[in-house]
Amino acid sequence: MTTTTVTLKIDGLEVTVPEGTMILKAAKDNGIIIPTLCNLEGLSPYGGCRLCLVEISGSPKLFPACITPVSSGMEVTTKSERLTEYRRMAVQMLLAERTHICSVCVANDHCELQSLANQLGVDHVLFERKWTNLEIDSSHDFLVIDRNRCILCTRCIRVCDEIEGVHTLDLKLRGKDSQVIMDLDEHWGSSCSCTSCRKCAKVCPVGAIYIEGEPVSHTKHKDIAEFITERRQRKWKR
Amino acid sequence: METVEKTRVATIWLSGCSGCHMSFLDQDELLIDLAKKVKLVYSPIADVKVFPENVDVTLIEGAVANEEQLSLLKRARERTKILISLGDCAVTGNVTALRNAWENSDQAILQRAYIENANVNQQIPTDVPKLLKKVHPLHEVVKVDYFIPGCPPSAGLINYVLTELLAGRTPNMEGRSKYG
Repeated sequence: MTTTTVTLKIDGLEVTVPEGTMILKAAKDNGIIIPTLCNLEGLSPYGGCRLCLVEISGSPKLFPACITPVSSGMEVTTKSERLTEYRRMAVQMLLAERTHICSVCVANDHCELQSLANQLGVDHVLFERKWTNLEIDSSHDFLVIDRNRCILCTRCIRVCDEIEGVHTLDLKLRGKDSQVIMDLDEHWGSSCSCTSCRKCAKVCPVGAIYIEGEPVSHTKHKDIAEFITERRQRKWKR
Repeated sequence: METVEKTRVATIWLSGCSGCHMSFLDQDELLIDLAKKVKLVYSPIADVKVFPENVDVTLIEGAVANEEQLSLLKRARERTKILISLGDCAVTGNVTALRNAWENSDQAILQRAYIENANVNQQIPTDVPKLLKKVHPLHEVVKVDYFIPGCPPSAGLINYVLTELLAGRTPNMEGRSKYG
């Protein structure tokens, strides 16, 4: 079987990747890291966090690199003042949307949102913060969800559905009011489908889902989805 | 007699735990160098009653939570050239602002502390400044020139910012400051 390949330019670098590859992956495989919070290898792309926005020459629009497939002759820019400005704005909006207080968060210093804020030089939030008071569910034996720290990246929902295969987690409501729920909006402790596999806690980029009594630095293992996917394909490269 | 004109520095402690001031003092022996260039004109560690005129640099710890703090912050802004948010409470509201998640928290928090959780003498104090409806980070109230995040910010970072400003340079926070 031969794979059709596509040649394009990313930040001036000529790269050749299989047809259908998303820009984010094409860049990563060629050593160019585009920031993202919702995308995770091994899970289907979602396009929710807008941090991976890139410029494609010939269009005034910005494109989310995680859900935009490559095409022949495409010229992609992943770093520019304009993009940095938008990424800073996206991070600030995420920080403003719910009650993100690093100093009292289990994920402090092990948080992808916080580390991205640092990378982008976000040292304060210009938007007025919404101080949410959403339900914290600790009814499960050891898994806890604090919805006030959730950035709605849906990694937990996708890993639960696509890797564990049980689809306990899903979203209710819309937009900023969206919330991660268990089964038909039941308490986690009474969920009949949850297998307590912990993958949701492992891939959560922030401190929204965590394991009671366990340091987040120990829990986090975001490569788990890619790792399991590869093993299922009988790839034993690590 | 002073031979060199010293930079006039003030520090203010609003609604915070004083940890940022502890971190300021944690500059240890570097404070001796700093003292050669700086005159501390207002601070919780210097007994001055009224915020003075013509201040060059003011470091402010804590969020704005009551009316007295609000007026002090505004006065400090009027009388200061460079105003700095020192630490997470000043920068984000931090723990001080957690009450914002509850409605009418200015009343509810007093009710909780002085009535519901009090075993004796249940009464809400009336001879203290009135709480604001919401707790605000400084930049929601006045213009802030620099942000030193951290809970608390490290002594090294505070020293770096002050040293740069005293030398007439602009501190470059890139890679130095940590959000939250």
